[in-house]
Amino acid sequence: MVSSKKERSVDPAAQEILGIAAQESQQVAYDRYEAMQPQCGYGQLGICCHNCNMGPCRVDPFGDGPQEGICGASADVIVARNLARRSAVGSAAHSDHGRDIVHLLLSTARGESQGYSIKGVVKLRKLAREWGIGIEDATSAQLAEKVAEAALAEFGKQEGELRFVERAPQKVRERWEQMGVTPGGVDRDIVGVLHSTNMGGSNEALHLLRNCVRAGLADGWGGSMIATELSDILLGEPQPLVSEANLGVLKEDHVNILVHGHEPGLSDALVTASQSPKVLAACEKAGAKGLQLAGICCTANEILMRHGVPIAGNFLHQEFALVTGAVEMMVVDIQCIFPALKDLARHYHTKVVSTSPKAHFEGFQHIEFDESRALDSAEEILLAGVENFANRDPEKVHIPSDKSPLVAGFTTESIFDHLGGRYRPSYRPLNNGIMEGRLRGVVGVVGCNTVKQCQDEGHLEMVKELLRHDVLIVQTGCSAIACGKAGLLMPEAADLYAGRGLKEICDAVGLPPCLHLGSCVDNSRILTACIEICREGGLGEDFADLPVAGAAPEWMSDKAIAIGFYVVGSGVFTVTGDPLPVLGSPMVKEYLTDGMEKDFGAKFAFESDPVKAAHLIIDHLDSKREALHLDSMMYEPRPVETVGQPLQLEAAEAVAAG
Amino acid sequence: MKHMLVVNVRKCLGCKSCEVACAVEHSESRDLFTAIQEKPAPRTRVRVGQGEGFAVPLQCRHCEDAPCIKICPTAALYRADADSPVVLNQDQCIGCNWCVLACPFGVISFDAQGRTLLKCDQCFERVERGERPACVEGCPSGALAFKTADEVVAGKQAASLVQIEAGLGGEDA
Repeated sequence: MVSSKKERSVDPAAQEILGIAAQESQQVAYDRYEAMQPQCGYGQLGICCHNCNMGPCRVDPFGDGPQEGICGASADVIVARNLARRSAVGSAAHSDHGRDIVHLLLSTARGESQGYSIKGVVKLRKLAREWGIGIEDATSAQLAEKVAEAALAEFGKQEGELRFVERAPQKVRERWEQMGVTPGGVDRDIVGVLHSTNMGGSNEALHLLRNCVRAGLADGWGGSMIATELSDILLGEPQPLVSEANLGVLKEDHVNILVHGHEPGLSDALVTASQSPKVLAACEKAGAKGLQLAGICCTANEILMRHGVPIAGNFLHQEFALVTGAVEMMVVDIQCIFPALKDLARHYHTKVVSTSPKAHFEGFQHIEFDESRALDSAEEILLAGVENFANRDPEKVHIPSDKSPLVAGFTTESIFDHLGGRYRPSYRPLNNGIMEGRLRGVVGVVGCNTVKQCQDEGHLEMVKELLRHDVLIVQTGCSAIACGKAGLLMPEAADLYAGRGLKEICDAVGLPPCLHLGSCVDNSRILTACIEICREGGLGEDFADLPVAGAAPEWMSDKAIAIGFYVVGSGVFTVTGDPLPVLGSPMVKEYLTDGMEKDFGAKFAFESDPVKAAHLIIDHLDSKREALHLDSMMYEPRPVETVGQPLQLEAAEAVAAG
Repeated sequence: MKHMLVVNVRKCLGCKSCEVACAVEHSESRDLFTAIQEKPAPRTRVRVGQGEGFAVPLQCRHCEDAPCIKICPTAALYRADADSPVVLNQDQCIGCNWCVLACPFGVISFDAQGRTLLKCDQCFERVERGERPACVEGCPSGALAFKTADEVVAGKQAASLVQIEAGLGGEDA
């Protein structure tokens, strides 16, 4: 259990705010976590079942009491069934987000939305070609309409396979075929998996575990990939840009309005509306020097990478931001939003506005987002926020000064340009770097924050340990924000943390050692980047051959479970911080952390110590390198005592030589 | 001062969290996620019993005049002093099960897997460190408490005073 400020977060801004919250007797998630102790052991082990009303049932984890539920379900079945439900819920969340983006693209193409245009024309034409959608002399709008209709059909598809399955390497698809998990339709797969968990449905743990993968794949190769592709088409393909992250981006003399959640539809309109003369005039009239828009969580990542809007923080910062007393309004959409925000909003002057028809909250003001008048409603929302500036209590304002510059907005496509240069875009330098032993491999460090671990420590310690061992990091979601706040998304981080080989690559192509790829649906970019690495050649034809891995050191959401299953189910080894809630079944744990590799080419590992977890990953990358008969690593890992020191290469070598 | 486990039956929801907490406390690792993998599996010393419409955790009452101590032929069951809990010296125990028969509450059992007796030791190591027993700490609804007899009496008196006060105004107190 965590109690001191330092145990709660490594972020100095968070530590400062936690002190202020305590002084002002305001509760945050950590306080509620402590009040929640002890947490139920049955729940933690995954052996509580309430899927029918003969229960709830729970199996005795230590063997004395009942070993099966009333229907006869064993601990193995109960654990696997609970996990399948959670994987399906995670998949549903990402996919329903994707569906909204498709709707928005469709209404924009039909001229029924306000304030949007089709900005990612190159990607639109590419996707249309991939899907065999050709219209002679088509305008972007005509093409976008057809692409959006085809994407929408992916959700309700009743026969065949998802279109994006064709993107997967042949060997990966063969494994899916053998295991019976090839995603066939986003909604169909999710419903099918949920059905299997109904009382008296599937009662074989292995089948239920395959269903966990099936639900996950419908997300990664379905809902999430559609969300990423179509967001890029509608809102524009991100290009790397410079911005800032942490609570220090809030400005005392400005109206501060935050967006929080995941769907970029409304927040993109808010960015546009924030420039409107009417809003700026209202700010002036209110006595503010301007409007500062900033974001929390993945909505923040979306408008960061497309517009450079700064980040106020990651998941656990949603409450800290309100404790600054300087936030006029927080506009939320869906996912990862604390209902507890209403209590802080009452103590401070913040208006919290919910906007999605899918997520209403007690005590929030609800202004439903209507895409047909998106700009008007965005402007109305902002004006209400500006109006609230007058209610700010200057005595309650405490804005930490901490913020860090960052580079964000890489994509599978833009990495081509960065690696190969604009005139010969290619993944060749990346594959060569791995083959020559400059780079050990590529690892996606992603996922949430959780109160069960010191905020950001898992992300930062793991990433630093991997960088020291010449591992290129790709990031999304709250993990990307954690690294952004700590300065790891800047090219200069290579000087401070990277091993020599990685630093040489970063210096040569001008990349940071950690690449911000976007929001959590943008984990699909990591899949498409792996496709490009396979396609470039020299590192195997299967994800399972590549020296790559995934990690979610501070995961907490069901969405992370779905992501875990599509990443591992696609053949990529993945380490989670807290274990998945399966330890009540030794059989399920064994399958996920061992047996699964035979069926899917990869497995999970559970390790809450981020440095130990990093070494599980390093060992994995080395074993893949060995299997590919790659050159041994060119350089020794950067000595641990030089980590964080802006060392020149020669000096680092001298230290390494002793 | 001798403490005892006090159960507020109305607060017990029958979740059996006390059983899990007890087993973990009596494991090698004392950590849930590690204990679950230990062999032999750790055992609980408290059992949630189901009455007519109520659930209640049952564990050793640590009787003042303990029948189990009296009947034990090898003095394996003992208490260090008058305020200490009744505990078992595994090395002395011959597994005759007389204590199982003698216990009026049925809270001593024989663990066939570990070939040993199971009974609550009132988490004496935790209590020596100033902590409460694991089952008390593990109860999410506050149904379990660890109190001295004096504290129980004082609590009851305070509650009855409230009743008297509520009844004042002519009625006999």
